[in-house]
Amino acid sequence: MMKPERPVGIVGYGAYIPRFRIAAREIARIWDGAGGMPVDAKSVPGPDEDTITMSIEAARNALARARVAPDRLSAVWVGSESPPYSVKPSGTLVAEALGATPWVSAADWEFACKAGSEALTAAMGMVGSGMAQYVLAIGADTAQGRPGDALEYTAAAGAAALLVGPAAEALAVIEGTTSYVTDTPDFFRRADTAYPVHGHRFTGEPAYFNTLRSAAERLLHDLGAKPSDFTYAVFHQPNTRFPQTVARQLGFTPQQITPGLLSPKIGNAYSAAALLGLCAILDVAKPGDTIFVTTYGSGAGSDAYALRVTEALPERRERAPLTAAYLARETFVDYAVYAKWRGKLVME
Amino acid sequence: MDLAKHWRLRHARYRLEGQRNRLTGEVRFPPAPPRPGEAEDIWEPYVLSGRGRVYSFSVVRQPPEGFEDQPPYLVALVRLDEGPMVTAQLTDCDLDQAAIDMPVEMVTRRLRDLGPTGLIVYGYKFRPIV
Repeated sequence: MMKPERPVGIVGYGAYIPRFRIAAREIARIWDGAGGMPVDAKSVPGPDEDTITMSIEAARNALARARVAPDRLSAVWVGSESPPYSVKPSGTLVAEALGATPWVSAADWEFACKAGSEALTAAMGMVGSGMAQYVLAIGADTAQGRPGDALEYTAAAGAAALLVGPAAEALAVIEGTTSYVTDTPDFFRRADTAYPVHGHRFTGEPAYFNTLRSAAERLLHDLGAKPSDFTYAVFHQPNTRFPQTVARQLGFTPQQITPGLLSPKIGNAYSAAALLGLCAILDVAKPGDTIFVTTYGSGAGSDAYALRVTEALPERRERAPLTAAYLARETFVDYAVYAKWRGKLVME
Repeated sequence: MDLAKHWRLRHARYRLEGQRNRLTGEVRFPPAPPRPGEAEDIWEPYVLSGRGRVYSFSVVRQPPEGFEDQPPYLVALVRLDEGPMVTAQLTDCDLDQAAIDMPVEMVTRRLRDLGPTGLIVYGYKFRPIV
């Protein structure tokens, strides 16, 4: 288990989910999807949205909750697999929009669906060492799946921002983390291609389940804790079934994971997926509640965290829109609009 | 590609940063140089709240150059809570949803995409309050 010498926690959090959805049955209508559908619907970014714009809104919500002035941030880090530019950081633009520039570190992190939690673990180190008072860790994605591919049903969009600061100011203290990483080719995309390739069944047990369980079991062991010690749990959610299955394997109940299970309604928000689930839990948690979080990124790795909610949470959560407010704003589009907005029409 | 122009406007566009008069407290947007006779530093940077109301609006169906892929879209005059009026697109808003006096809030979105080898221009739009 990793834990900084100076205790740290989450001082502010913010979610963002685009307004638009496409129903899984609408995708199945186009592609004759005969099998079961992995989610009910997925979020779709509007034509003027991308990883940068979604990061900005999630980050503004996190700063509003914390009431921390943007010029007090030591770092603004964006984890994503869908940055708008190949070369030109998202972090600088997000930092500029927040008003955190110029005396700030800004960078982009990359690790498939756990790029955001990479930034979170690094933020714990920066704040925990005393180098920084506040670091903003963001996970954001506008994921793409090849038309007709199984991934198209789930590849979604969203952002979650976590402001890491000293435990004394936290709305949830981070009690420890583990990171479990192996070279596992379950899912990848080469630099100049638009759509990723996945390993079908290989993405299940050897990749997602083994990796996520390893990180989670190690953290439980090192904390001397068992699943029933936690009020809530949230796992990376590439679909509906995977997080339900891994929760059962680890010994968590449906009641523990339901508040943070957003994938049935919005699909897989990639770097934001587990972190948005955490935001949804923080929206309802009470002081003293405990939260178990495990992310997963293909390639492959998992980060597990144990959090304890403090007395600061109830007042702060009211200072910005709840995750539920974004979930409730559902405007469904058909496949034609989705194809137009997501650049799937060949114009010339 | 007007890189310098877009760069100069970034504070105003990304975070609705205007100016406040150090003596009178007057808030203005967009930022501008001091008027003749005014002290060089009389106007300080001031980030507006982003809250306001639609003063008037129109649906653009015949777009200007650079916006060909966007119509139909809404352009509004927004009276900001601090007083200034700004022109901006409405986003996350259906065409029949827009209304005079509708409360709106600022969001930072993509304004224009200058092509696969060009800049992505970001800036303020307004939407119905979440």
